[in-house]
Amino acid sequence: MLAIENYLILSAILFSIGTIGVLTRRNAIVIFMCIEMMLNAVNLTFIAFSRHLGNIDGQVFVFFVMTVAAAEAAVGLALMIAFFKNRESIDVEDVNLMKL
Amino acid sequence: MFDLVWLIPLCPLIGSVINGLLGKKIKNETVIGGIAAGAVFCSFLVACGILFQLLSLPGEERVFQKTIFTWIQSGTFKADIGFLIDPLSATMLMIVTGVGFLIHLYSIGYMHGEEGFYRYFCYLNLFTFSMLCLVSGNNLLLMFIGWEGVGLCSYLLIGYYFHKKSAGDAGKKAFVMNRIGDFGFLLGVFTLFWYLGVNHNVWTINFVELAKNADLLVPGAVVTTVCLCFFLGATGKSAQIPLYTWLPDAMEGPTPVSALIHAATMVTAGVYMIARMNFIYIKSPTALLVIACVGAATALFAATIGTAQNDIKRVLAYSTVSQLGYMFLAMGVGAFTAGVFHLMTHAFFKACLFLGSGSVIHAMHHALHHEHSDADPQDMRNMGGLKSKMPITFLTFLVATIAIAGIPGFAGFFSKDEILWQAFANPHHGSANLVLWGCGAVAAGLTAFYMFRLVFMTFFGQTRLSEKAFHHLHESPWVITVPLVCLALLSLVGGWIGVPKILGDVLGGLPNYFEGYLEPVFAYSNAYVLHNVHGAHPSHAVEWGLMGTSVVIACAGIGLAAGLYLIAPSVPEKFVATFPVLHRAVYNKWYIDEIYDFVFVNPCKALGNFLWKGFDVVVIDGIVNGVAAVVRGFSGILRYVQTGFVHNYAFSMVIGVVVIVGVYLFR
Repeated sequence: MLAIENYLILSAILFSIGTIGVLTRRNAIVIFMCIEMMLNAVNLTFIAFSRHLGNIDGQVFVFFVMTVAAAEAAVGLALMIAFFKNRESIDVEDVNLMKL
Repeated sequence: MFDLVWLIPLCPLIGSVINGLLGKKIKNETVIGGIAAGAVFCSFLVACGILFQLLSLPGEERVFQKTIFTWIQSGTFKADIGFLIDPLSATMLMIVTGVGFLIHLYSIGYMHGEEGFYRYFCYLNLFTFSMLCLVSGNNLLLMFIGWEGVGLCSYLLIGYYFHKKSAGDAGKKAFVMNRIGDFGFLLGVFTLFWYLGVNHNVWTINFVELAKNADLLVPGAVVTTVCLCFFLGATGKSAQIPLYTWLPDAMEGPTPVSALIHAATMVTAGVYMIARMNFIYIKSPTALLVIACVGAATALFAATIGTAQNDIKRVLAYSTVSQLGYMFLAMGVGAFTAGVFHLMTHAFFKACLFLGSGSVIHAMHHALHHEHSDADPQDMRNMGGLKSKMPITFLTFLVATIAIAGIPGFAGFFSKDEILWQAFANPHHGSANLVLWGCGAVAAGLTAFYMFRLVFMTFFGQTRLSEKAFHHLHESPWVITVPLVCLALLSLVGGWIGVPKILGDVLGGLPNYFEGYLEPVFAYSNAYVLHNVHGAHPSHAVEWGLMGTSVVIACAGIGLAAGLYLIAPSVPEKFVATFPVLHRAVYNKWYIDEIYDFVFVNPCKALGNFLWKGFDVVVIDGIVNGVAAVVRGFSGILRYVQTGFVHNYAFSMVIGVVVIVGVYLFR
């Protein structure tokens, strides 16, 4: 069995990739995917600690996170469609209507 | 009957409310006019009842107060809605309701077919209500309510033809001038209340209580200040120098308004007020002297202007200013009875004169209208020879003119002669007496002159109208002529209740009823003069001499007018051609309006403009807009942070997380 550090390092790498993706990409769908990647990186950490500590709590949280992520994806996709109908674009550079 | 005194002001108020709210729907002129005139007639009946009951009581019991309810009560201050009946207020109630009723009746005919007929009667009733409050209120505050009310109604009625700019301006002028005076009145009330309260712990504004405590008023600077403040109020309301210029302009209103407000009632409010406060005025020789001088100067000054005016109503307006000057002259020499007497007789003959001029204007307007001429129906230069066409108007007008000129037997003679005699013989002003009498006497001569000039130019001689227009002239209807006849009769006989003593003795012991009747009101002042003021008492021969002189002066004035305007009409033109500067100065009212414009109005306007453009716009708006600009500047910096881009927010979150984690790890 691998040591917990390996899982945590993998998780950190995935999280960083996700973060950089959110910050640098313009396509909203890609940004969503990057957010999913960050969430799953965190999920990986939960499960690693859960196994390491012999405690089921972490795994329960993972289900919550996945549920919320699914809901978020559904809402986000709806927003994207609505936005695309108005602007014919899903580039986040165009999403600044809240600014005066 | 005394208990019903509250009905007197209430009736016109109800009339005013009915016409004001429903008049537009009623439409029928007879009903509207009937309600208004009827309301005043009810008041007149009650006033008559009160007068007769008053006369049935012995002199010292002729004071009655009726409190309806307590209006304001705060600490030691108390003001009632309450009424005071004494010989003075009863006299005023009779004048206001009696003359007022006749003028209401006249108005129904005069205002026939006018737009806003109901509005006119609403205002006129409201005016009557205010005036009745003024004269019957038992305290200074209620008097002030009436004082302001008549000012407001005067403003509304002067500006009745509001689509004409001149009428609107005249209304504004009257309003502003009166406001200056009212400021003085209020200061007087405050000072008097404060003086009696602080020094003597007598906190009251009730006339009867004030009179009871008159001994507490020690002659001095404060009493003089109080008197002069009240007098400032009186100069505004009663059109005295320096606040008289609004009254001639007030002729922009309908003619009955000129008769009711600007001749018979409101403008005499100042005289009434001083008579009411006589117990204070008698304590201040300085104030009395000021009043006497202002009165005499106004009487003379306005009379000179009257000699050169061509507008029939304007002559009467200056005549009113001049006659009010007489009343103040009487007040100023301590002859309160004579002043009130002249107030009463003046109300009769001047109302008659104004209504007569209204009748003439009415007929002239009609005649000129038929001819499609746009000549001025009020200009005497367009008239002449009207006496054959309008006999009733002519006769009544002639009677009133003789009365104002001061021919013995007519009302004006008795009152004017009494004032001139008192000005000469009063114990207050010493050597100034001769000057005061002189001003009054010359003004009397001028009055006779310009009034007969008016009569000769209007009713005598060849007509200056075209034949067609002259043919269309006709006598006014009965609603106009009946009030004229009533007022002419009053001008004829009204003076006999105040026959001077020496004349009464000759006529078989005819007493001076009026003096005896008003005696209780002025008893305190008369006693005070007897004990504290010592002056010479001229002999009977002097009194006869003065009376003779004033008759001679009046006859000379009439003779001069007859000579210049009947016998040799070319002389006035030659006179004007010889002294063009003098004529222009008199014709333009000595340029007083222009001087006021230069000295007061324009600087005030300049100050206003400066405060607007220099202070309000630059400083006040600068501060307000400056605060906004500063806030806007700061927010302008902050808004760079709010880009609206998801990236930037996410990036700031990441930086925050890094910072927090860093602090947590490396602390």
